[in-house]
Amino acid sequence: MSASELQDFDIELQLLIDAIYLKYHYDFRGYAQASLRRRMRAALLRFNCSSLSQLQDRVLREPAMLTAMMDFLTVQVSDMFRDPAYYQALRRHVVPMLRTYPSLKIWIAGCSTGEEAYSMAILLREEGLLDRTLIYATDINGQALQKAEAGIYDLDRIAGFTENHRRSGGSSSLSDYYMAAYGRAVFDKSLRRNIVFSDHSLATDSVFAEVQLVSCRNVLIYFNRSLQDRAIGLFRDALCRKGFLGIGAKESLRFSDHSNDFVDVDREYRLYQKKDRAGDGL
Amino acid sequence: MNRYESLEGRIDAVVIGASAGGIEALTQLLPQLPASSKLTVLVVLHVPRDRPSLLVDIFRPRCRLHVAESQDKDPIQPGTVYFAPPDYHLMVDIGPQIALSADELVNFSRPSIDVLFESAADLYQRRVLGIVLSGGNHDGAAGLQAIVRAGGLAVVQSPDQAAVDIMPRAAIAAGSVDYVLPLDQIAELLAAL
Ligand SMILES: C[S@@+](CC[C@H](N)C(=O)[O-])C[C@H]1O[C@@H](n2cnc3c(N)ncnc32)[C@H](O)[C@@H]1O
Repeated sequence: MSASELQDFDIELQLLIDAIYLKYHYDFRGYAQASLRRRMRAALLRFNCSSLSQLQDRVLREPAMLTAMMDFLTVQVSDMFRDPAYYQALRRHVVPMLRTYPSLKIWIAGCSTGEEAYSMAILLREEGLLDRTLIYATDINGQALQKAEAGIYDLDRIAGFTENHRRSGGSSSLSDYYMAAYGRAVFDKSLRRNIVFSDHSLATDSVFAEVQLVSCRNVLIYFNRSLQDRAIGLFRDALCRKGFLGIGAKESLRFSDHSNDFVDVDREYRLYQKKDRAGDGL
Repeated sequence: MNRYESLEGRIDAVVIGASAGGIEALTQLLPQLPASSKLTVLVVLHVPRDRPSLLVDIFRPRCRLHVAESQDKDPIQPGTVYFAPPDYHLMVDIGPQIALSADELVNFSRPSIDVLFESAADLYQRRVLGIVLSGGNHDGAAGLQAIVRAGGLAVVQSPDQAAVDIMPRAAIAAGSVDYVLPLDQIAELLAAL
């Protein structure tokens, strides 16, 4: 795009985001610009619109368009046991602490189509902790949440999931947790018993429970710094004393106003622990 | 006397895309950048997605510029070479700062050259120079044209000289480019900026 085309595009992008906020209360105003621009260009092609103003007109007048647009406004890319080393780090640093609680609550923020939540459930089952755990898995994309709830994935993804699971230090076999049928892998309902999938926005909603662990991976990367701060503030407020926070492999608390509320547990795999303000040496 | 002298001061950022045969090409190119260079250099090299990349370790001792693996939201510095990490798209964003994303594969690749080039065209407009080096796919061709449309400069490694010529040929076929050059001349051009 030439400079003037880009200027128009950015003006229309801002108007579109404002319109979606005013009409539907989804707040994308604090999202990182470069990635949003790219996905809105893809949306123009997909919906055959010549400008974002035209797209905005449709989003306002056809509510079904908002649902379709959610897949362009958010990024639904996930994997089971994505970054296996992260799960190893959880087993090493977090599981021993979790064992000390009689009952557990864990929050997977930005759970997409459920892969991360099922990975966590399987890890907890392997560690003998699932029965005493409630996993809150939240997202703003309703269609993704429905898929998460169903727990059905294309069979051609299973080889990758299995390899990741093995590398994550899994003590069981992933095949214990799903049934293959008609090109699909249907995950065990007993995993889902302890997971509550629900709609929650890190941009507009507040804390809903006290939890021992928050895992929010590859979500903050799409936020600008002030929205990141809002989300990290929520995590801090949701975490119990000495609770844990895990984020994505390329995300960091470095730029956050709240970074002083956490200590590093595993720098490489982005595990943090909420500081104990009572001050018992942490 | 450098034949690219007229370009001096025109460019803030150089974006480079490479795939098969790319390490060798980058090894000839990046160490040539003078320590005094104020350029920001951003590199997407297609690497395996499931293991850590050694690019920073390989290039840091060989380069006179600072070499960094990109972290999301890092402020972008002049005189620095940034490599895309495995399994993330590397973009530049308003700040200027680094923006990584876990979006879908583009051209079967993550990181993708097109994604970097398109974001650099948006951010730097006329002040970016894009280079497509050796590779065996078509990534980078569309991104280089985005740079041309924004008024930036487009450079392609001479296909005859590239270890794998598919990517340079695709970049040339996609539209007009400013220079098709062998590596030693690309190095000379970069030194003049
Ligand atoms: C790239 S996926 C990450 C999925 C998973 N956590 C993982 O790492 O594999 C990003 C998810 O964040 C969700 N998301 C985006 N904005 C959000 C918000 N404001 N609140 C909650 N979730 C959000 C998207 O809908 C998407 O499902």
